[in-house]
Amino acid sequence: MNWISDVVRPKIKTLFKREVPENLWIKCPDTGQMVFHKDVEANLYVIPGSNYHLRMTATNRLKAMFDEARWEAIPTPEVAIDPLKFRDEKRYVDRLRDAKAKTGMQDAVLVGVGEVEGQKTTIAVQDFEFMGGSLGMAAGEAIITGLDTARSRGTPFVLFVSSGGARMQEGILSLMQMPRTTVAVQRLRDAKLPYIVVLTNPTTGGVTASYAMLGDVHIAEPGALIGFAGPRVIEQTIREKLPPGFQRSEYLKDHGMVDMVVHRHDLKATIARLNGIMMRTPAVPAAEAKDEPEPEAPALEAAAE
Amino acid sequence: MRSYLDFEKPVAELEAKVEELRALAQSGDAVAIGEEIGRLEAKAARALDELYAALTPWQKALVARHPQRPHFIDYCAALIDDFTPLAGDRKFGEDEAIVGGFGRFRGESVCVIGQEKGSNTEERIRHNFGMAKPEGYRKAVRLMELAGRFSLPVITFVDTAGAYPGINAEERGQAEAIARSTEACLALPCPSVSVIIGEGGSGGAIALATTNKVLMLEHSIYSVISPEGAASILWRDSSRAQDAATGMKITAQDLLKFGVIDAIIAEPSGGAHRDAAQAIAATGDAIAAGFQDLAGLPPDDIRNRRADKFLAIGRRL
Repeated sequence: MNWISDVVRPKIKTLFKREVPENLWIKCPDTGQMVFHKDVEANLYVIPGSNYHLRMTATNRLKAMFDEARWEAIPTPEVAIDPLKFRDEKRYVDRLRDAKAKTGMQDAVLVGVGEVEGQKTTIAVQDFEFMGGSLGMAAGEAIITGLDTARSRGTPFVLFVSSGGARMQEGILSLMQMPRTTVAVQRLRDAKLPYIVVLTNPTTGGVTASYAMLGDVHIAEPGALIGFAGPRVIEQTIREKLPPGFQRSEYLKDHGMVDMVVHRHDLKATIARLNGIMMRTPAVPAAEAKDEPEPEAPALEAAAE
Repeated sequence: MRSYLDFEKPVAELEAKVEELRALAQSGDAVAIGEEIGRLEAKAARALDELYAALTPWQKALVARHPQRPHFIDYCAALIDDFTPLAGDRKFGEDEAIVGGFGRFRGESVCVIGQEKGSNTEERIRHNFGMAKPEGYRKAVRLMELAGRFSLPVITFVDTAGAYPGINAEERGQAEAIARSTEACLALPCPSVSVIIGEGGSGGAIALATTNKVLMLEHSIYSVISPEGAASILWRDSSRAQDAATGMKITAQDLLKFGVIDAIIAEPSGGAHRDAAQAIAATGDAIAAGFQDLAGLPPDDIRNRRADKFLAIGRRL
């Protein structure tokens, strides 16, 4: 036993630790290019150039979707905390506490109601940063709340999915979120209100095998990993390498599981258009749309020159 | 030939001794041997009872997967008259990991769907070890739609390590197939009862187990992920499966306490594989009791009760 290395050295290390500003530069996971974080933020977290779609936080997603970045936050029910008294290498309650501190969220799903191109819409977002977006009781209740809110307010429901699957630390109660959310999906369907699923990177496991595959329209962001079994599990089962592009958005479209792969910049307009048609909202007359002052801007610029 | 699990070793030794003495008695030696046999048999039975009264969750997982445990085909043969299997999803193919069809249960017309693991190498390959592909779940959806149209109560038997994780399953939409099967369970306008007879493995199980009544055999397990899978993800060490089995609360007794299942079906001493007929008969009675509770309800009530039952899970813990 070495008391110097065991006790003293870590303390000295922390004492001299320098604060290094983090995350100023973001490395594209695809091409490796370095991009300034402000440029990425301004581009809806899509790497300019490579078009790689980075993950977005739930709040940023809602900001990007709702007109004027304004929405009414819908409270989601509180659930029993750690009913299994689960611990692996860490206690589940500690993991939860850490995830809450890291994200500022209560759990993995946020729900909001606001306007999307003038159309009242309920949106729920699953945030991968909160324990891998895993589906536990809280997330399940939040998704049910989202679906029920859409139903009671007569709005379309849009769900941004991103999840590694079930939250194992909640055991069978996590698995039960699959039928529970499906009940709420069916009730929205009975009310004849649209349900659009946006599959983002990554979406796997029990989440894919329930509400994520039950939308009226399935949209996927480019390059997202979407599947039931994770690639590692499949590789272990079949003991061979997976083909390139396997379980990516484009592959799912080729296999008939999603309707379209849409660039993040075009998501809002696509969703608004689909919901407008499904809700049979009268289209904005073309003449009226052209009356907006937007086209004058380039003219002014030209005048200034 | 009986096969023993590791933890059954003390019982195995006693029973081996009984066999030895029996052989000795047959060769016509001593009268006293008969008495000794009786004494040892009683001791073995007691040891078995004690062992099975205190199974750990991991031991239950081993019992649930016991190669000699009765499978869907055994239940179907004993409980369903006129069983007429139907094949194919009408879209892609036939998947024998899920077997289903029409039949009569205690005189009543029913639709029966179950996962079958197979009992020897040839059968296991034919049934893909009970791990269904999308076509299996789509066949289940097709059968449930038929059941709804003809007002046939549905009985499902769940026994799977999980849905098949493979390239072909993924390319045909495994996730969507499971989601639609769960949805079809919920949409059924007639009563439904499911029985977890061995392993209730995750999404592959819930796809058939979203029923009005969910029953579990005493030593079966029902889990969001296999103990081995949870161990390799959460502990990064698949040898921690025993801890994962304990932590995840996968036993029938735990699930009843959480309100996830409706009833437990008692198994014979030493598990269902020791006396399949008894286990199957008890299961038949439990299914009948389950349907009894739902008798005479109009279709909307049946659907709403099922939906409300699942929505209520976890809300009062």
